[in-house]
Amino acid sequence: MTDPSQPTWSAELYRVLRERGTSIVGYVPDSGHRHLIEAAHADDDVRAVPLTTEEEGVGLVAGAHLGHEKAVLLMQSSGVGNCVNFLSLVQHCRFPLLTIVTMRGEYGEQNPWQFAMGRAVEPVLHAMHVATVRADHPDDVMSAAEASVGMVDRGGQAVALLLGQRLLGAKKF
Amino acid sequence: MLDRQTALRSILGDVSDHLVVTGLGNAANDLAALSDDSPSVFTMDGAMGAAVSMGLGLALARPERSVVVVTGDGELLMNLGSLATVAVQQPPNLTVICLDNGAYGLTGDQDTHTANGVVDLAGIAAAAGLGDVVTITDDDALAGLSPIGDSGSTRFLLVKVARGNTPYPGLERNGDHLRVRFRAAVERGLEVSR
Repeated sequence: MTDPSQPTWSAELYRVLRERGTSIVGYVPDSGHRHLIEAAHADDDVRAVPLTTEEEGVGLVAGAHLGHEKAVLLMQSSGVGNCVNFLSLVQHCRFPLLTIVTMRGEYGEQNPWQFAMGRAVEPVLHAMHVATVRADHPDDVMSAAEASVGMVDRGGQAVALLLGQRLLGAKKF
Repeated sequence: MLDRQTALRSILGDVSDHLVVTGLGNAANDLAALSDDSPSVFTMDGAMGAAVSMGLGLALARPERSVVVVTGDGELLMNLGSLATVAVQQPPNLTVICLDNGAYGLTGDQDTHTANGVVDLAGIAAAAGLGDVVTITDDDALAGLSPIGDSGSTRFLLVKVARGNTPYPGLERNGDHLRVRFRAAVERGLEVSR
């Protein structure tokens, strides 16, 4: 059944993740990831793994790769800061990593607490050799997702797909 | 207080029966020594706090294999939330072995929070919701332990061990090599079971 509140891009993104063979979805909740999280929990072929902190998800994805399975880490931009030391594992051991990051602290942000980490997301990820691919418009999401998946699964890279606040809509909280 | 390697040898039996992820420090050195640098042992020498999360990802990916995380009290204390995450998933093929000596061995034996019995990691694991939690303090408890890997529930073993470091001179530190050879060992296991 189609959820009328679910944007088309979100369903497309889930389809890209499944077609890529994702079997484990680690996440720290964010409203921008709501539909992906619900879809993962509803999918008998996917293990949804709620985390207490985003860094756990970096270990989870790496462990899944050791076991020849594909995982993805869903988080909000503030979670990027929690991942830094564990990204040394990814860089040093050359683990492929796909993470999807919903952005805050940028376009239209109204919560002053969000700006510091929002501004730091890309410099922090790049410092840890995680490439970033941005999607700021619904029409960008499919191509950005497919580009990210190719970089990770065939290119062997660590990639963060950043879903911008222009796409998600700025929150009122 | 138990000797770490004696305890590990007793608990693990043949190391090649398991896929092993270790935390940094003595856990890594001991497992490299015990397994003679086996490719199916992923020894970390950094990323402190990541061992349980990696073991969880591996256990979910390979439910047909016994997956064992071996780590120390300091490494585990850095990411207690990972025990709560494991408790929600309850992979029956995962065993977490925490070698508790109450000290940060690598940095000069400073006390961890478990020193002098202040913090009980087995109590934390049990309260997190891990079903099968055992504290092992002596040879009798070691001898009475049922074999790991086939208990049907996630296990957490807190093993009280003596302080002291035993570096393994040949510890593999090339992470890319560790990753590639571990995956190849997993793949060989898949071919055998086909």
